[in-house]
Amino acid sequence: MADVEIKDLHKIFDRTEAVRGIDLSIKDKEFVILVGPSGCGKSTVLRMIAGLEEVTEGDIYIGDKLVNDIPPKDRDIAMVFQSYALYPHMTVFENMSFGLRLRKFSKEDIKKRVEEAAKVLGISELLKRRPRQLSGGQRQRVAMGRAIVRNPKVFLFDEPLSNLDAKMRGQMRIEIKRVHQHLKTTTIYVTHDQVEAMTLADRVVVMKDGKIEQIGTPDEIYNFPRTGFVAGFIGSPAMNFIPGNIVKNKNGYSVFINKQISFYLDKEKEKKLEGLDGKDVLLGIRPEHINEKKSEDAIEYDVKIDLVEPLGMETMVYFTINKVQLCGRVSPENNLMSNNKATLNFNKNKFHIIDPKTDKVI
Amino acid sequence: MKINNLFVWLKQKPRIAFFMCLPLILMVACLIIYPFFYSIFLATLNKAETKFVGLANFLFLFKRETFWLVVQQSIFFALVAVFFKALIGFIAAHSINELPSKGQRKWRGMLLIPWVIPPALSTLGWWWLFEPTYSALNWLLEKLSVDAIPWLSETFWARFSIILVNIWVGAPFFLIMYLAALKSIPEDLYEAASIDGANYWQKLFFITLPMMKNIISITILFSIIVTFANFDIVRVLTRGGPIDTTHLFATYAFRVGIESGDIPLGAAVSLFMFPVLAVLSFIILRNVRKRTNEV
Repeated sequence: MADVEIKDLHKIFDRTEAVRGIDLSIKDKEFVILVGPSGCGKSTVLRMIAGLEEVTEGDIYIGDKLVNDIPPKDRDIAMVFQSYALYPHMTVFENMSFGLRLRKFSKEDIKKRVEEAAKVLGISELLKRRPRQLSGGQRQRVAMGRAIVRNPKVFLFDEPLSNLDAKMRGQMRIEIKRVHQHLKTTTIYVTHDQVEAMTLADRVVVMKDGKIEQIGTPDEIYNFPRTGFVAGFIGSPAMNFIPGNIVKNKNGYSVFINKQISFYLDKEKEKKLEGLDGKDVLLGIRPEHINEKKSEDAIEYDVKIDLVEPLGMETMVYFTINKVQLCGRVSPENNLMSNNKATLNFNKNKFHIIDPKTDKVI
Repeated sequence: MKINNLFVWLKQKPRIAFFMCLPLILMVACLIIYPFFYSIFLATLNKAETKFVGLANFLFLFKRETFWLVVQQSIFFALVAVFFKALIGFIAAHSINELPSKGQRKWRGMLLIPWVIPPALSTLGWWWLFEPTYSALNWLLEKLSVDAIPWLSETFWARFSIILVNIWVGAPFFLIMYLAALKSIPEDLYEAASIDGANYWQKLFFITLPMMKNIISITILFSIIVTFANFDIVRVLTRGGPIDTTHLFATYAFRVGIESGDIPLGAAVSLFMFPVLAVLSFIILRNVRKRTNEV
C-alpha cells in the first residue's frame, strides 16, 4: 500500500513530446483512472510509473521513494496489460506464480497465495490449463491473478478490458471493482472508455495532448467539466454544443441562441463574463437536459425531429438548431416519430458556457 | 465432341490437382525414388556388377576399420558443427534483435552472405586461406610470431578447419530462423517479466528459450540432416585426408565408388546414411504436424 506522487512529468520520444508536464498525487488505496483519446499520453504515463519507459524529466514517487531510476522489478508494482501478456508456455498456476518464484518465495507460500487469488477471481479450476485454452475473460482474470498474488504496493492497469466483448467487459468491470474493494490496493487504471472511468474510479484524470485537462471525482467531471474538451469527451451520447452569443443589457448578462432560446445568467457568473459581451460562445448541454418535462427552469422550443433512436428505457431524438444537430433524451412514452413536430424543454440551468478561444468553461 | 469430353473429364478437382502435381512427382521419381532403389540394387552386386552377392558388400564394410572411422567422424562432425551453428546463430540473432531497427537490415544482409554463396566456391576461398604454401592465415600468425599451423595436413587441424568452414556456411541459416522466432515473441511478455522481477538471464531462460523451443528443435534437426550428408566442404578442403581422418559418409562413398571404381561398395556406404536421415526426417515431420495442429 502506498501513495503515488508525480511531479512535472515529461516524456519525449525522438522528437515528439508525448507527456508534457503532469502533476498528480494519488492517495493510498485510491482508484484513479487516466482517461483520454488515443495518443493523449495516458499509457505513457502509466508505463513510466511501471518503469517500462524512462522518464525524460520530472519525478515519480511510490511511497516516499523516488523511483525514476529504479527498475520495474524493484518498484513493487504489478501491471495488467491490454493483451494480458500471459506466458503461453506456462500453465495458469505457473503464470500466476512466476513473480513469486523469481522472488524465491517458499513452495507452500506460493501455493497458498495462488490458490487464494484464484478463489477470489473464480479461476480455481483453471490452474492447470494453458492460456490458449482460456476465453478472453478467463485470461483477463489470470492476468489480474498474476498481479494480485504479489500483493504489490500499486496496481497498474493498461486498458485491460478493451480486448473483451461488451458483455464480458461489463462483468469484468464489476470484478475489478470488487477486487479493489477487497484488497484496497492503490490502483492506477488507463482507459479510453469513459464508461469505465465513470463507473470504476474514485477520481478521474482526463488527459489531452500530453497534459491533464481536469482531475476530479466522476461526479465532478460529469457535472462540472472545466473545459469544452472534458465536457464533450465524458458522457454518451456526447454533450450538445450550440453556438451562441453573450449579450449585456441593463438587466445583466444573457445568452442568445435564437429568438426562442435566450435567457439571463446567474448574477454569480457575471464576474467571469466580463469582456465577453457580444462575443461568440459555445453552449454545451447534455442530452438528458433536453427532454419533454416541463419545469420552471425550462425553455420550451418547437422542433422538427429528424431521427428517433428508441433504446427501450429511453428514446434519443435528433433535431437541428442553427444548422447544428442536437440530441435530446425523452421518455419512450411520448411516442415521438421522425419528421414529427415536438416541443422540447431545455433546462437553462444546465447550460455550460464555453469560451471557444480558450476552451474553458465559464 | 471427343475433345469436349476430355475437358469434362479433366474438370474434376482431384484429377486437375493430380495433373498439376505431376511435374513434381515425375521429378521426385526420376531424381530420388529411382536412384534410391537403383542404389539398393547396385549395393547387392559385386565390384564388376556382374553377380548378385546379397549383403556381402555391407558385411565387408563392417570389417573395415576405415568404415567405422567414417561413422564416428560423420557423427562427431554433425553434432559439433550443428551445436556451434545453433549457438552462434542464436547469439547473432539476439545481438541483431537488440540493435535499433534501422541497423538491423544491414547486418542481417551481411551476415547472410556465407549462406548465399555456393559452398563449393566459398570453400575454395577458405582453401586458399588454409593452403600450406601460401596460407594467408599462417602469414598472419607469422606476423604475430606464432608458429604456422598445418591447417589441412594434421588430423586435429583438418577436422577443426572443416568444422569451422561448415559453421561459417551454416550459422546464417540459424541466424535467420532464430531472428524470425525472436521477432514473433510479443514485447509485452518481456515487460510483464520485468515487472514480475526477471533479470536478463531469467528472461532468456523462462521466456525466450521456451517460446523458441519449436523453431530451435526443427532447425537443429534439419541442420543435422544437411550437415550429416555434407560433401562439398570436405571434398574441396581435404578430400578426406590426411589418411581418411576427415571422411564423411558422402565423401567416403565417392572415394570408394567413383575414385576407386567399386560402385556397388560406394552405394552400400551411401545407403548407411539412409536410416539416420529417415529417423530424423520422421521426427521433423511429426514435429511440424504437431505444430500445425496447435495453430
